[in-house]
Amino acid sequence: MNGVHDMGGMDGFGKVEPEPNEPVFHAEWESRVLAMVRAMGAAGAFNIDTSRFYREMIPPHVYLSSSYYKKWFLGLEEMLIEKGYLTREEVAAGHAMQPAKALKHGKLKVEGVERTMVRGKFARPAPAPAKFNIGDRVRARNIHPATHTRLPRYVRGHVGVVELNHGCHVFPDSAAMELGENPQWLYTVVFEGRDLWGEDGDPTLKVSIDAFEPYLDPAQ
Amino acid sequence: MSHDHDHHHHHDHDHSELSETELRVRALETILTEKGYVEPAALDAIIQAYETKIGPHNGARVVAKAWTDPAFKKALLEDGSKAIGTLGHVSRVGDHLVVVENTPARHNMVVCTLCSCYPWEMLGLPPVWYKAAPYRSRAVKDPRGVLADFDVTLPKEIEIRVWDSTAETRFLVLPMRPEGTEGWSEEQLAELVTRDSMIGTGFPRQPGAPS
Repeated sequence: MNGVHDMGGMDGFGKVEPEPNEPVFHAEWESRVLAMVRAMGAAGAFNIDTSRFYREMIPPHVYLSSSYYKKWFLGLEEMLIEKGYLTREEVAAGHAMQPAKALKHGKLKVEGVERTMVRGKFARPAPAPAKFNIGDRVRARNIHPATHTRLPRYVRGHVGVVELNHGCHVFPDSAAMELGENPQWLYTVVFEGRDLWGEDGDPTLKVSIDAFEPYLDPAQ
Repeated sequence: MSHDHDHHHHHDHDHSELSETELRVRALETILTEKGYVEPAALDAIIQAYETKIGPHNGARVVAKAWTDPAFKKALLEDGSKAIGTLGHVSRVGDHLVVVENTPARHNMVVCTLCSCYPWEMLGLPPVWYKAAPYRSRAVKDPRGVLADFDVTLPKEIEIRVWDSTAETRFLVLPMRPEGTEGWSEEQLAELVTRDSMIGTGFPRQPGAPS
């Protein structure tokens, strides 16, 4: 979706402000939010793409004025309500009032935590041969789905070169909507900075994205 | 708090006022616990792992090894996950880690313009600036301007390559080994490797510089 989360190339957000000796968390509640998201994801309440989509659906003015973990919290709460794990009445009351919904993988227990510290595998067997080879010129499609996509706006319509082939992976656009994994070939596609940003762009800049095959058309 | 388990952090239990966000987060944890969806002790264990075990020291050891062991460096650049998987002391490496090498002709920088994708296993949780709008918006359009915010200046003829992490592939920058470190051990070299140097917004520390 063309939300405010898709920030690549936008102006006006000001300087980057590194924080010396930044703590891992700035408040305890941030750590609880992170842990709840990880635990509920591990329990199978949602997949990573769905959780990203719920953060993207936070209204723009709220998204832009919320801290990172606040966005995680807002996305988590809304997603759990919409998926039937909680009710709005329970959230308002601050207590459970309805029976629980079954978790696909069961509750994450302490002894299962270590396993969840390793990032998941998203590679899948190939359903069809790859359309593109390393070195091929490809054009990022000019698509504007209203749902989740991992094709950033700033490359749409532009021509780049396939540089790496990562194999087939879970397709976020389908997975976010719970329409199945629909594995697709995944490529690193590199674009010239001036193709993206015009003649005023840095002449030495190259930018790459990781693009799923349905995001790409052949280019001459 | 409806659950009375032993938190690692008690510091805010005796505050008389909590922010709206704190109250909402506590309420959600209460509901999830009461419904049997989460185990507070498991949440504690996740937090403890990020606070104490997982951090840039993992990535630093990988970089230091690559600086001292050409065969490992070659394997690392060919298949980052596989090469790191062979190191017993760096556990938890995730799938599809791609290591990109800085050279005198090319400087690499990593961003996620869409959210916050980042190699947690190697670097720990990302810093606030990595997840915030200024970095995400500008890194792909004006990387030299972003580097200036970090007091980093590159010669203008050096190519800048920005890797936007838009899928589950994660990128780690292999910075150039500082001059004057000939004969240093892996452990000594790892001390020079900063988090930012593995994102591409900084350089390793110079020998003799304060850490």
